[in-house]
Amino acid sequence: MSELKQELKEKIIDILNLEDLSPSDINNNDALFGDGLGLDSIDALELIVMLDKDFGIQLTDPKQGKEIFKSISVLADYIAEHRKK
Amino acid sequence: MLSKNLFISSYCHVKNNTISFNGNVLFSDDSQDFSGFVKSAAKHLNTSYPKLYKMDNLSKLASLAADAILSEQKAQSDTALVFSNRASSLDTDRKHQASISDTNNYYPSPSIFVYTLPNICLGEISIKHQLHSENCFFVFDKFNPEHLHGNTEYLLHHKKAETVLCGWVDFDDKNYEAFLYLVSENGNIAHTVDEISRRYRSKL
Amino acid sequence: MPNIEKNKARKGVAITGIGIISAIGNTLEENRISLLSSQSGIGDVTQIKTKQASQIKVGEVKLTNDELIDQLNLPKDNNFTRTALLGLVAAKEAVKNSGISIDASIETGFISATSVGGMDKTEIHLKDFPSKRETQKYVSSHHAGDSTQKIADALGINGFVTTISTACSSAANAIMLGARMITSGQLDRVIVGGTDALSKFTINGFKTLMILSDDVCTPFDEDRKGLNLGEAAAYLVLESDEMTKNKNVLAYLTGYGNANDAFHQTASSETGEGAFLAMQKALQIADLKSSDINYVNAHGTATPNNDLSESMALTRIFGEPMPDFSSTKSFTGHTLAAAGAIEAVFSVMALQEQTVWPNLNFRTKIEETGLEPTSVLKTKNIQNVLSNSFGFGGNCSTLIFSKR
Repeated sequence: MSELKQELKEKIIDILNLEDLSPSDINNNDALFGDGLGLDSIDALELIVMLDKDFGIQLTDPKQGKEIFKSISVLADYIAEHRKK
Repeated sequence: MLSKNLFISSYCHVKNNTISFNGNVLFSDDSQDFSGFVKSAAKHLNTSYPKLYKMDNLSKLASLAADAILSEQKAQSDTALVFSNRASSLDTDRKHQASISDTNNYYPSPSIFVYTLPNICLGEISIKHQLHSENCFFVFDKFNPEHLHGNTEYLLHHKKAETVLCGWVDFDDKNYEAFLYLVSENGNIAHTVDEISRRYRSKL
Repeated sequence: MPNIEKNKARKGVAITGIGIISAIGNTLEENRISLLSSQSGIGDVTQIKTKQASQIKVGEVKLTNDELIDQLNLPKDNNFTRTALLGLVAAKEAVKNSGISIDASIETGFISATSVGGMDKTEIHLKDFPSKRETQKYVSSHHAGDSTQKIADALGINGFVTTISTACSSAANAIMLGARMITSGQLDRVIVGGTDALSKFTINGFKTLMILSDDVCTPFDEDRKGLNLGEAAAYLVLESDEMTKNKNVLAYLTGYGNANDAFHQTASSETGEGAFLAMQKALQIADLKSSDINYVNAHGTATPNNDLSESMALTRIFGEPMPDFSSTKSFTGHTLAAAGAIEAVFSVMALQEQTVWPNLNFRTKIEETGLEPTSVLKTKNIQNVLSNSFGFGGNCSTLIFSKR
């Protein structure tokens, strides 16, 4: 699980071009959106593409992302449960 | 119509990995590709803005040039934007096209698609400097000082804006060029088609 | 000084001709009949091969490229893209409708909007460009200015020509620029509008933004699921007052405004600040109170974000009572860069017919705002119509059309 979390942090930094951050800057329970990492709706869509591409998880409603992308911990749990690859 | 005299109060070039302001080099680093250049320029100029790294090349280019001018002048909220270029958003269009034409690896990226319009760079500048002003983006074969001049004079004489940031931002493959200038009632360079052309050609 | 534009606008920018081709008709009259009979043009995609076909509905023009080429009498070896074909049909109709002849006696300008340009052909032939000689003619027709120049050449335009690209407010901005060139005395006559064809490029792009509905769109409805893309072209002939002494004037363009929402690349702010400012500026230029507006042709894309944000802005401008408002995108789909011109033509038609066009498919009010669009055809006294067009990049534009 901690491997998955580390992997997710690296992916998020890479995919979302978070230039000034390194994985150690992101705590597992930090809010990813809003006041946390300050991600926005396009970032959420980009994470939805990542879920599909890397884990075979397809979301059809962008609103689902709100819950799933709460924090690295929540995201990792969701992926562990639903991943198809 | 009683028209006040208008002036080019400052101007900026970004070209060949060099940023210059009013003819003086602000930053230069030709050791890197464009995105490397943007990173080191932003660090050097202390324009800390995480969103810069999320932008496409055209918006990065436009933002660097706009920052050089607007941070100096402290952007007024009624600064209108009148931009133009030749390649529109072609640089990013190609990336989006590549992502949808490969059916085996079909994952178009929302964060690329949003930049497949040239005027998104105007939005990025408006967001950063909180400009709720009028803005427009024109596509021309080549730099067209007459058109920019006419538009800007209209906006200022009709009190549509206090100042106008205008010019050319073009990004096509590895070639890029930005030339922006600010027009208002203050400054030393007369706002004429000749002066605009002269500053544009000066390349510095 | 501050009133110069107001006074000039009062002097009048006359609309003397209109032309349109859209999902609800290939001519002005067909569009008029569809509007008057509440007949939508949205359906399944038939002219483009896309893997998204089963998941989207679109507003397609019901003519193939070959049929358009025949109608325009173009040579077989032409390199017109669909964007240029649609544009030329609509622009020719606008000229005919106005009764003007474009010749050396009067300088006539042409300002055209597009966001897709020649992408419809490029995406089909891109891989073949290097190897297949017969496809290479579409390389030069890719760029945004190509359709503009082709239409200008075909019409014999002898004055100022330019292309505007500010996403989905492009055509509204083309109309606004034309009006300003007239009020400032730079031109006495200018043809303004926009054209955009459907393409896989836009279908796939909007799909990644998850704002396409898999069913017909339902603007301003609580349960709206997103937009339907459309394709269309429309143009208006604008003339200065002096030019229209003995002429039939269809309507006047009395107000126009543009502002940036300064919030997000693609999303509108919660308060609709950009939309609010654009409407406010347009009302000022028209020298009208908000209560003078009898009908609002809203941007109304039917995305959750736009319709809520626009509703907030409408509430801020109009308060109570809200004038009749509707989104005609429920007829045509969202025609992107052309939308401002399509809806300008529909606004002129609303003045001609003294009719509010219905917002189709509406059932439930949006909970946050409680606004109810006009959902059935309504005949009433209409003097002033306000039309909104908002684009990605935060670019918000408003036009006001008046009868007198």
